[in-house]
Amino acid sequence: MGRFTTWFYRMGSPRWFFDLSRPWLVGFLVAGIVLLTVGTVWGLGFAPPDYQQGDSYRIIYIHVPSAHLAEALYVAMGVAGIVVLVWRMKLADMFIAVTAPVGMAITGIALLTGAIWGRPTWGAWWVWDARTTSVLVLFFLYVGIMALRQAIPRADQAGRAAAVLAIVGTVNVPIIKYSVDWWLTLHQPASITFTAAPAMPPSMWVPLLVNFLGFYSLVAAFLVAGLRNEVLRREADAQWVRDWVGRS
Amino acid sequence: MNRVRRGRLTAAVFLLAGTAATVALVLVVLNENINAFHPPERIVNGTAPVGVTIRAGGMVMPGSVSRDAEGLGVSFVLSDFQGSDFPVRFVGILPDLFREGQGILATGQLDASGTFMAHEVLAKHDENYMPPEIADLAAHQSADP
Repeated sequence: MGRFTTWFYRMGSPRWFFDLSRPWLVGFLVAGIVLLTVGTVWGLGFAPPDYQQGDSYRIIYIHVPSAHLAEALYVAMGVAGIVVLVWRMKLADMFIAVTAPVGMAITGIALLTGAIWGRPTWGAWWVWDARTTSVLVLFFLYVGIMALRQAIPRADQAGRAAAVLAIVGTVNVPIIKYSVDWWLTLHQPASITFTAAPAMPPSMWVPLLVNFLGFYSLVAAFLVAGLRNEVLRREADAQWVRDWVGRS
Repeated sequence: MNRVRRGRLTAAVFLLAGTAATVALVLVVLNENINAFHPPERIVNGTAPVGVTIRAGGMVMPGSVSRDAEGLGVSFVLSDFQGSDFPVRFVGILPDLFREGQGILATGQLDASGTFMAHEVLAKHDENYMPPEIADLAAHQSADP
């Protein structure tokens, strides 16, 4: 077996993950707090105002990272969904269970900050264009996965049903991303892409990048912490968990 | 990978591909209806319905904005800068970002004379962000080449 295959099958063992993940949790948490503090103070306090929007544009330092994460987390759940269906890996099922509420909260932040920015800039809290509507659908998909897990009493069936919804729902992610290019929308297209120079100066996008990495780190810390709790809850009867509880 | 897992993987891939194909077909069929507004071309060439509440979009033609001497009434022309433009009439408070050359969405009805009677005007922000001093500099440079 190749190294990746070995690693992949080991990840299926909740105990192996639990033993290994403590330093990850600390690392992500520290990185997240430091990056978010630096990026937020820089973006809100020191980056220049925009020539048209003035200071209200500064909400991008929260809105853009959270909107991006909302999409990325769903794709990660879709990949985990395939792992659940094909390999029946417990840890992947736990990942979906832990990620759904975090993803819902992050999508909620993206929608809320978007509305707060839309009121002064567009003149409306909410407009039913392709971008805003598809992100609202993303929010409901996260809610749907949580509801589905609660609605089915048998854990393995609930896990598989949630995995199917996670896989099917990923179709919405490219729709969100390309909605501003495929259709006429009120929401503007992306300012920063991998293929072109950013449509804003470095004094604006560098703090955005810092906050972007900060959001990812902090959410990674939440997910690792959530997964560790989920492992303990599900393996509560296992000898190694009793030993661990006895030690600490 | 054993046979059982390969079979499940195939099923999962078909699930994803089937969903994607279904959604893609629905979106292609609905294409026109997903647009948030009618561009000037559709207003001018008569594709957009008359007397029905619709949303129209375009750029505010420079020099076309005229405010009533009394009240909040304002008239302006929306254009795509490619030959299609139409007059808009609006009574109310315009958004802060409303200015000449700005992208605008107006909700209202097209009357028989081809004037768009708006009851709501929204500003469309583009993807460009810059500090005020750089914007001033850019305006200067384009003013005297």
